[in-house]
Amino acid sequence: MNYQLNHLKELEAESIFILREVAAQFENPVLMFSGGKDSILMSYLASKAFFPANVPFPLLHVDTGHNFPETIEFRDNWVEKIGAKLIVGSVDKAIETGMVIEEKGVNASRNGLQTAVLLDELEKGKFDAALGGARRDEEKARAKERFFSHRDEFGQWDPKNQRPELWNLFNGKKHFGEHFRVFPISNWTEMDVWMYLAMENVELPNLYFAHERDVFERDGILLADTDYIQKKPDEIVMKKKVRCRTIGDMTCTGVWESEADTIEKIITEVSTTRVTERGGRADDKRSETSMEDRKMKGYF
Amino acid sequence: MEIIAVSRNNNIKDKMTQQEYESMELLRFTTAGSVDDGKSTLIGRLLYDSKSIFEDQYEQVKKTSERRGEEGVNLALLTDGLKSEREQGITIDVAYRYFSTPKRKFIIGDTPGHIQYTRNMVTGASTANVALVLIDARNGVVEQTRRHAIIASLLQIPHLVVCINKMDLVGYSEDVYETIKDEFSNWASKLDVKDVHFIPMSALVGDNVVEQSKNMAWYKGTTLLYYLENVHIGSDHNLIDVRFPVQYVIRPYNDEYHDYRGYSGRIAGGILKKGDKVTVLPSGFTSTISKINTYDGELEQAYAPMSVTVLLEDDIDISRGDMIVRENNQPENTQDVEIMVCWFHDKPLQPRGKYTVMHTTKEARCVVKEIQYKLDINSLHRNLEDKNIKMNDIARVTLRTTKPLFSDPYRRNRITGSLILIDEDTNETVGAGMII
Repeated sequence: MNYQLNHLKELEAESIFILREVAAQFENPVLMFSGGKDSILMSYLASKAFFPANVPFPLLHVDTGHNFPETIEFRDNWVEKIGAKLIVGSVDKAIETGMVIEEKGVNASRNGLQTAVLLDELEKGKFDAALGGARRDEEKARAKERFFSHRDEFGQWDPKNQRPELWNLFNGKKHFGEHFRVFPISNWTEMDVWMYLAMENVELPNLYFAHERDVFERDGILLADTDYIQKKPDEIVMKKKVRCRTIGDMTCTGVWESEADTIEKIITEVSTTRVTERGGRADDKRSETSMEDRKMKGYF
Repeated sequence: MEIIAVSRNNNIKDKMTQQEYESMELLRFTTAGSVDDGKSTLIGRLLYDSKSIFEDQYEQVKKTSERRGEEGVNLALLTDGLKSEREQGITIDVAYRYFSTPKRKFIIGDTPGHIQYTRNMVTGASTANVALVLIDARNGVVEQTRRHAIIASLLQIPHLVVCINKMDLVGYSEDVYETIKDEFSNWASKLDVKDVHFIPMSALVGDNVVEQSKNMAWYKGTTLLYYLENVHIGSDHNLIDVRFPVQYVIRPYNDEYHDYRGYSGRIAGGILKKGDKVTVLPSGFTSTISKINTYDGELEQAYAPMSVTVLLEDDIDISRGDMIVRENNQPENTQDVEIMVCWFHDKPLQPRGKYTVMHTTKEARCVVKEIQYKLDINSLHRNLEDKNIKMNDIARVTLRTTKPLFSDPYRRNRITGSLILIDEDTNETVGAGMII
């Protein structure tokens, strides 16, 4: 018998360990669910970690009001399937009550507004640990993120003052009012996620698979045509076969021309593609350090 | 399933089947080097030559190189980190990077090499299978080389690769390589490292990193990537001594699993089998494993580092922090713990100070009973006089804990042999300990 785990099984064992550690060390954790493949993977691993019991914490979705309708539909089915409780934080409501102010102009995005709503929901729910599906291979600011990431009472990240993390000992101690962000799938790459989801036959939103859609081009990125985006006069809508590589707001999530309509074809595409998955994210393109800046303010 | 993954260079020969992808292993390695000995370039070279770099990343680096007026594309920029680091021109923290080949997936713990960052090196080294120590061929073995090797040996990284870099700048001289190799070997004989390997290379040009060098025909060994793909890591986990620290108790509270009581955790050592007679610490009660459960079904056996749920035949009171072991193979069970500690905090280690200790899934308090000596990490000299243990110092100390720890010597098991110390006021992790 061979006593060597393959790399996906080793990653799985590590993530399950982290998820159980969160349940053991924190009083009131919550799992941040965006409807994208990473948070689907994370919540799927959570159902493995606590089987045959239910996942012992709720899922939190910050709804920007600019989501693809397919995302919301998938979210509701998925939550029912894994038997978890769902909490929805609404950016629409936050705008109505004046808690945040909507950006104006052609490149307006609600991405920044999510942070305020997220922090508000964490405070309201008195959550002391928020699980996120961020991966270290996504972006350079995330390459330095810990599994257990301490946030001060303002929800801020201080990259110069992170707790060292050794072996599999995770220090989740905090003062009243502080909380943790925890990233159980830190060590997974985009390819690992797809391979694992294929291997485990996990259900995924249709947006990931190639489909016909009305799109237009802006700054070299294809965006879905929607009422949420103000088009410039020279931006022409055309029909193309596309799919999403990441799922976020319709206003800032680029779609890609693709023929990949099965998970196997997606894996082939991912393995040959030459551009990072966040390459299509308008929110990351604002400046070279936009992720680092947003993380410091409490973005996930 | 059909062939589904193709390497990034679109080479048909590199196509992988899903089965092959699923038999890939995971190897973690750490890199340490002094400022300017080419560590960033080496990592950039590994990522670039293994086709792990995306076009948008490469374009960004190319633009920056041009803007700075540098010749060619500076691969070191691929590992460039945060804005705050670029402003100061240093790396402030461990960065994790990923690449894979058809054989293995690699996680690099990229740690800065400045004197004041021993704590980062220790952090990156704690989970590594392999340590890369870089030497600038023009300078030979320097103080930092020795420090990195000592940390690798203290942290018991199973395999050490000494990368003698910048060979292009010494005319690819075999003599220079052999001299450095001898010097390092002589000195390292007093270290506790099991497996040392030397590779002459030029990360800048690409010699012996991924491609075999055409400039060093005298070198008959393998490239660095070949070594990383093939080094035997199957015995890096302890598969002899059964150690199962209970992490979380699963009680479903529903009709279907009414009396279910599962002890979940990650196996820290050994192989658990259904039907095994086991002892539970600290109570000392014995029972038999009735089931090893996972979401994917029951297992006949499970081994380190798997995460599983164990069910026992008898109803025993077990909670987080307890440990399931074999009756005739038990860990140390003591409140007096001898450790080598690496100190992480501005505020020095306090003699008689009280700290929280985390060990496996157990938490206790401890008092520092005695500081025995400080280790000079350049010479391995034991300084019995200086007991002022500051940030980045390594010392041998004796702790007295409020509860017994179930431990093994760190040399025998890196999981049951390690602990961290936490400041009770600030909650910060202030020290990392390796049990002797």
